[in-house]
Amino acid sequence: MDEQESPLSLVLFSGTDDKLSAAAVLTVGAAVMGRPVNIFLQYYALRAFRAGKVHADHALAWEATDAVAPDIRAHPGQHWSELLKQAKEVGEVNIQACALSMDMFHLRPADLDPLVDGVEGVAAFMASASDGQVVFI
Amino acid sequence: MSTVQITKSIDARGMACPGPLMNLIGAIRHGQVGDVFEVLSSDAGSKTDIPAWVAKAKHELVEVREEDGFARFIVRKAR
Repeated sequence: MDEQESPLSLVLFSGTDDKLSAAAVLTVGAAVMGRPVNIFLQYYALRAFRAGKVHADHALAWEATDAVAPDIRAHPGQHWSELLKQAKEVGEVNIQACALSMDMFHLRPADLDPLVDGVEGVAAFMASASDGQVVFI
Repeated sequence: MSTVQITKSIDARGMACPGPLMNLIGAIRHGQVGDVFEVLSSDAGSKTDIPAWVAKAKHELVEVREEDGFARFIVRKAR
């Protein structure tokens, strides 16, 4: 993994546990394959990264009907925060809070979980994304 | 039967994707060049992920063997 791979940049908007889990799995996959990952937390996703709230029940996306929700909740996969922690250990993963969403919810950096590396604006995020893919979740 | 000497065996059966791969990566990072790791995984994702990661990280996939309800991966740390 010596050659520099193009970054994967994820904009996390949804704050439900299923979408955060899917995003965390993508992050692990990119990180282990040597791609830098930039994560930009907006709106409800940012709220899920508040200190002390990471392990709260963040519910499931609207697609999770009563017929499928039990399967999702019963799945033995690791919590999304644990996957993100592992991705940071094996690869280059940078998690930034959107400055606008911080303002909207009256949050300060100290209000966020230590998984979050900082607060930045959208232009700085796009600069990090450079010519790599940007995925909105 | 394989005759390679296994340095460390990781029983990741029952773990969900990407758990078995992450356990292998952790073991390889802490191992020495030449060490041989065995991973037992019942996760279907491992069948594609472990060979893909081993090739990317330039280690050696010594063997993949299908067992009853799981797969056995043997990987040598090459660098």
